[in-house]
Amino acid sequence: MSPLDFTVEELENLFSLANDIEHNMDKYAQKCVGKKLATCFYEPSTRTRLSFESAMLNLGGSVIGFSDANSSSASKGESVSDTIRVISCFADICAMRHPKEGAPMVAASKSSIPVINAGDGGHQHPTQTLTDLLTIRSLKGEIKDFTIGLCGDLKFGRTVHSLINALVRYPNIKFVFISPPELKVPDYIISDLNEKNIEYKEVISLDEVMSELDFLYMTRVQRERFFNEEDYVRLKDFYILDSHKMELAKKDMLVLHPLPRVNEISVDVDDDPRAAYFKQVQYGVYVRMALILTLLELV
Amino acid sequence: MLNIGQIEEGFVLDHIKAGKSMQIYHHLGLDKMDSTVAIIRNAKSEKMGKKDILKVECDINMLDLDVLAFIDHNITVNVIKDGNIIAKKDLQLPKEIKNIIYCKNPRCITSIEQGLPHVFVLSDEEKEIYRCKYCEEKYSEVK
Repeated sequence: MSPLDFTVEELENLFSLANDIEHNMDKYAQKCVGKKLATCFYEPSTRTRLSFESAMLNLGGSVIGFSDANSSSASKGESVSDTIRVISCFADICAMRHPKEGAPMVAASKSSIPVINAGDGGHQHPTQTLTDLLTIRSLKGEIKDFTIGLCGDLKFGRTVHSLINALVRYPNIKFVFISPPELKVPDYIISDLNEKNIEYKEVISLDEVMSELDFLYMTRVQRERFFNEEDYVRLKDFYILDSHKMELAKKDMLVLHPLPRVNEISVDVDDDPRAAYFKQVQYGVYVRMALILTLLELV
Repeated sequence: MLNIGQIEEGFVLDHIKAGKSMQIYHHLGLDKMDSTVAIIRNAKSEKMGKKDILKVECDINMLDLDVLAFIDHNITVNVIKDGNIIAKKDLQLPKEIKNIIYCKNPRCITSIEQGLPHVFVLSDEEKEIYRCKYCEEKYSEVK
């Protein structure tokens, strides 16, 4: 599943449901009683897994699963296709994270239960994008007419690519890409923006564009995406958002981050009311609840 | 000049780049069919210098030839019925290609999942870009 598999209208329905959940948790507390979510995590991702599990428990359902490949039958050489056929007998819905790109798609094609892609290598992390969109929509009211700055690793960051692809479908969104030359947005994304006549600019300095932004989406420079340690060390501290930089920003600008952060956002920003990255985590639970309910056809 | 007999019904695939005929023979699954097939390699060609030709005696509805558009645009396909050319077939780029090309992305699920077909989907018809169905990696090998 990619966020683009949903129409904008379907996303609106999902987000409306998520917002209703946010304000009426009790109403949904028993919706999934008797239903089981299987979290099949072939690589560790505590945050995403707990978010899914929390979502299912909030709905009154229960959770089974594994949290790394070594504790699954994958360590015995079982294929994804076989595993999901087995899991289909145990659970009503599955959230799968896998280091191989396309694994959840293969699982979905063999499964008799809905399979949610909880991240597949460097390819997709659709529920993160849904989280980002819901956060923007909830905190700004609607997804249109704003300028978003994306900062950090724009080359390897899959959350950034997915978010750009999702946002281009909404009206009057301007992009500011802030990165060192080595970590620029890939050409194919730039070509796509050009084709669609979408306004964007690429800059190196965060300071010079801070005052223009309605959202600042910070990303972590991930060690695992680099082939050599020297490049990683050289680039990892290129951007650090601190309270001095925040002084340059609009009073209602919001800072987002897919987390975990390392040091790209200084802890002194956490108490700034514009820091929205922990709220974003909470919206991640709401959107996963909405997704589970929608896929189980319980709404 | 080598002479190969006329066919009654089937296809003549002409202007195949010299040396490519065996690849096409396999891609079309001719090795699995019982049909009469003539493979002519390195035939003289004014236009190409050398070319390959394939003649296949079969029901003209039997073969899906669109994959040829992916392999080589320049191939001409003559459709034969009752010993005569009844049409020159226009080749369309196939929407999906299965087990013709292989995903080279080491992070793709196809690299570990046994028995999984390698499927590429036409993502941009104008630029003739195919992407792996699973990992969306662009196919970029020079044909």
